Amino acid sequence: MTRVLRWDVLVGALLVAVFAAGSLAVPGFATTGNLSFALGDLGEIALIALAMTLLVVAAEVDLSVASVLGLSSALVGALWDGGMAIETIIPLVVLAGAGCGLVNGLLVTRLGLPSLAVTIGTLALYRGLAYVVLGDKAVAQFPPAYTALAVDDVPGTPVPYPVALFVLLAAVTGVVLHATGFGRALYAIGAQEQAAFFAGIRVKRIKLLLFVLSGAVAAFAGVIFTLRYGSARADNGLGIELAVIAAVLLGGVDFDGGKGTLGGVIAGVLLIGLLRNLLMLGDVSTEIQSIVTGLLLIVSVLTPRLVSLVRPALKGTP
Amino acid sequence: MTPMRLTAAVTLLALAAAACGGTTKSSVTSAPAPAPASSSAAAKADPNAALKEGIKLAFLPKQINNPYETIVDNAGIEAAKEYKGEAKEVGPSDASASSQISYINTLTQQGHDAILIAANDANAVCGPLQQARAKGIKVVSYDSDAAPECRDLFINQASSEEVGRSQVRLLADMIGKKGEIAILSATANATNQNTWIKYMKDELTKPDYKDMKLVKVAYGDDDDQKSFTETQGLLQAYPNLKGIISPTTVGVSAAARYISGSKYKGKITLTGLGTPNQMRQFVKDGTVEKFALWNPKDLGYLASYAAAALVSGQITGAQGETFKAGKLGERTIGANGEVILGPPFTFDAANIDQFDF
Repeated sequence: MTRVLRWDVLVGALLVAVFAAGSLAVPGFATTGNLSFALGDLGEIALIALAMTLLVVAAEVDLSVASVLGLSSALVGALWDGGMAIETIIPLVVLAGAGCGLVNGLLVTRLGLPSLAVTIGTLALYRGLAYVVLGDKAVAQFPPAYTALAVDDVPGTPVPYPVALFVLLAAVTGVVLHATGFGRALYAIGAQEQAAFFAGIRVKRIKLLLFVLSGAVAAFAGVIFTLRYGSARADNGLGIELAVIAAVLLGGVDFDGGKGTLGGVIAGVLLIGLLRNLLMLGDVSTEIQSIVTGLLLIVSVLTPRLVSLVRPALKGTP
Repeated sequence: MTPMRLTAAVTLLALAAAACGGTTKSSVTSAPAPAPASSSAAAKADPNAALKEGIKLAFLPKQINNPYETIVDNAGIEAAKEYKGEAKEVGPSDASASSQISYINTLTQQGHDAILIAANDANAVCGPLQQARAKGIKVVSYDSDAAPECRDLFINQASSEEVGRSQVRLLADMIGKKGEIAILSATANATNQNTWIKYMKDELTKPDYKDMKLVKVAYGDDDDQKSFTETQGLLQAYPNLKGIISPTTVGVSAAARYISGSKYKGKITLTGLGTPNQMRQFVKDGTVEKFALWNPKDLGYLASYAAAALVSGQITGAQGETFKAGKLGERTIGANGEVILGPPFTFDAANIDQFDF
């Protein structure tokens, strides 16, 4: 297979094309202020997408991430309102998120349930818990030093702190996924779980770890989300699991597992974010925005399948 | 590191932080509030300045496709034509707190002269609005206020106190000041709803209403289906319920639709804030006797003129300044940068056909 025809490379090229077209055609797009905002606005989705990539490569999925984010936001609000120090709240909430992930992971690995079904269930469950924790209230007035960390740019750069954190974690995730035995184990599990098991890979242990990680990351994203908006609410992040999954699929990770690169996912996240920003700047209505994102997703799932059907035919092999 | 050890480490870290004190709510609220980044305070108002031509305004409602917000915004867009300005409406399709943020950023980048916003969450929109103001963009909130330090003016559809109290009076008169009542609100964080409900509760503490009891505040999230279901739930949960106040156009029409087709029709008194077109059939079929509202067209109209006056330098948002709002005449800015539209108006079978919105 030629490198140029790889889907993740195509997505990267599309990203560059969209960026170039936007800079030329849409005033106000290629400004530092706008790009910094657009990146910051993607922070939580991008962070969650890292953990989601690992899961999807291993042929699992976690649809409860947005609800964990909401539960985390509700917990931050309730604990902060109760007078606890933010320095204590943050690790506690991340721990709670890891707990949510652990429940997902145990249900999937110990009971052998499909993760799609389990996490649709916990999607509703965790969002429900969020409302139990905070009700319909909104908690605000977080310490400016911390809200600034969620909004401000790293001094001297147009990069918001959460995005800088993402870059750091993306580098770590990239190395783990593409340059370690652990990463190869994930691909092996996704490609052929039983073969991976017989090859000595601790399939269940690894999957459990991935779910715990996904929960913890989603909860931390919830902390960032809360501080960025300065408002803790149980309905925070409603529905962003779809944006995360869309970015992962658009980035060329196969939903059946075993295929895909982190670079593709990062390009997918950026493409979705920049497109949304561009359409908004162009005064395109919300309805059309979701139609565009939806079509893009369908094309991204369809194209690789079509290519794999067409390619053998072109080469004359059956 | 195994998950177990990681957990232990994180817990330890948390406990250590707790032991050292750290930043708590009380340590933040006791600190002096940061000075508002106000570019306009330094400027001086010139009440005689002419309204500039070609002012670019954008209305950012709680959500698009909400009939009420559409009426308000369209009236504001029409008003802009009177003073030769350009106005448009953009907004999210859902009324969640965070969905307005990207729109504020977009409008800031597009270089509008003023942003008019009906805030979904008073605090969540604050940061981006401050960034817009730092670039010289005027911010006018209408319908639902943003935190006062984040906007120049708030166009209040009616004094919140008057709306809250008058809703209770309206219902009390119809049910003979006796029995259990409930409130069907929009989202639990809608600033306007909560202020009204606060005054409703206060009005109910008066001795005059000692036989009326508020049993529940339900939230329909300004979603037709949810409001419909919530009404159903209220009536089932409280069989002795005598009256419902729904101070939201989506809520009151959904509640009316449920009641008109149920066995409760004629037994329960429904009132609230609704639009004549949505409520007409329910007033005519006897489900609803009276309901109230301000004129949303006037609200959009006033907001539009207020934004133009700010941009033109006629006013800065300080208390006591006055400006001319077209056909509505002269208006004065009250405390906290609020401009009040006027008292609520009661609609009934006798007058409803005079209104079409």
